[in-house]
Amino acid sequence: MMVSSSFKGRDVLSINDFSREDLLHLLKVAGELEKKPRPDLLKGKIMASLFFEPSTRTKLSFAASMLKLGGQVIGFADAGTTSVKKGETLWDTTRMVEAYSDVIVMRHSVEGAPRLSAEAASIPVVNAGDGANQHPTQTLLDLYTIQKEHGDFDGMTIGFVGDLKYGRTVHSLAVALSHFKCSMHFVAPNALKMPDSYISMLKEKGIVVTETDDLEGAAKEFDVLYMTRIQEERFPDPIEYQKYKSVYRIDKKILKLCKESVKIMHPLPRVGEIDPALDEMEQAIYFKQAANGIPVRQAILGLVLGKLE
Amino acid sequence: MSGKTLRIAAIKEGTVIDHIPAEKIFSVVRFLKLDKASGPVSVATNLMSKLLGKKGVIKISGRELTSVEVEEIALLAPEATINIIKEYDVAQKRQVTLPKQIKGFVCCMNPNCITNKQPVSTRFSVKNQDGLKLKCSYCEREMGQRQIRII
Repeated sequence: MMVSSSFKGRDVLSINDFSREDLLHLLKVAGELEKKPRPDLLKGKIMASLFFEPSTRTKLSFAASMLKLGGQVIGFADAGTTSVKKGETLWDTTRMVEAYSDVIVMRHSVEGAPRLSAEAASIPVVNAGDGANQHPTQTLLDLYTIQKEHGDFDGMTIGFVGDLKYGRTVHSLAVALSHFKCSMHFVAPNALKMPDSYISMLKEKGIVVTETDDLEGAAKEFDVLYMTRIQEERFPDPIEYQKYKSVYRIDKKILKLCKESVKIMHPLPRVGEIDPALDEMEQAIYFKQAANGIPVRQAILGLVLGKLE
Repeated sequence: MSGKTLRIAAIKEGTVIDHIPAEKIFSVVRFLKLDKASGPVSVATNLMSKLLGKKGVIKISGRELTSVEVEEIALLAPEATINIIKEYDVAQKRQVTLPKQIKGFVCCMNPNCITNKQPVSTRFSVKNQDGLKLKCSYCEREMGQRQIRII
């Protein structure tokens, strides 16, 4: 469902729920918050942080975002210590938590769990990742990073590299960028290529799409190179994983083939697909990208809690 | 009698579902729970059809399908036609139409969907471009017609 322009009380569950106007508005608000911090904006508000599965960046950056706005955080990082272990349904857990808090941030390994929770709750629910499905705040911070580091989305060429079959960050970012007039290159071995459903959707929207497995050949085209990890946990067969795990690696040799102005992004964690020797180079913006989680998540919390417009 | 005559008795009152693709007929039977029907039900399959090659026909005496059931048949057999019979005549003939959303009777194909883990009624949006597709409102996974399983 496409959402309306007002964010107050809204759930943030899927990038598919965002219009172009929504995206641009949220990025604008994040930019304003970064320039002018609002340490008392959410004073008296409580965020329930329900992390049913492990997370480092997302959990910490949501908590930091809430604290930096003057709010407070309750919650858990291990469902094993809660009534869920006793068999409590997600519906009941949500009904209980909404009585204690003003906004729920949820990560769950089961796909669709945050949407169910949003149906149970009268307060906003923000999806912090549900299995292989959605991670909308990651996509929003990716967009924010691109806008901040590169500028306009229109006319940009982005190269997605690595595991494009299972990588939810790639799927969601491609959906979000499909609202703009950019070109997309998908670089992956055949077994890990972008699903056809996404390619068809992008072409229908008039996006120029190129698919290849040749990173060296395509590198010169990119304004943004979005690198992803080959995810071991997605491979039922460890031998298959061994075959693909090192198929692409961004190093100085690849960087030389790219435009000098290229920006290298990665949703992190990385396991070897980017040479750490690139970390201090100005093209490497993946740590800035992770840091951008703060203004973006601050904007989301401020907007859904009705304290920002 | 010509060889084209169907050997399936006319009914006085009830519903005839025609133009069901032959391979779908027993899914429709199961879905409508016709194995538990109290009145007469005739099922014919592998009948010749210009449109479908081989088709099936179901005649259900004394029962009119609800509009929800008609929508649901549309998922299984979008080609089907439904005739309401009164006094041996076709009182109403209608093509099945796909609803925009279906609730509760199809399972999501994704084993890691919340609807397969907790007591939640399923919900799908229906798309019918380049073949029928159902998109789960919870896990957002799309499934094609072959993957549709009735709860």
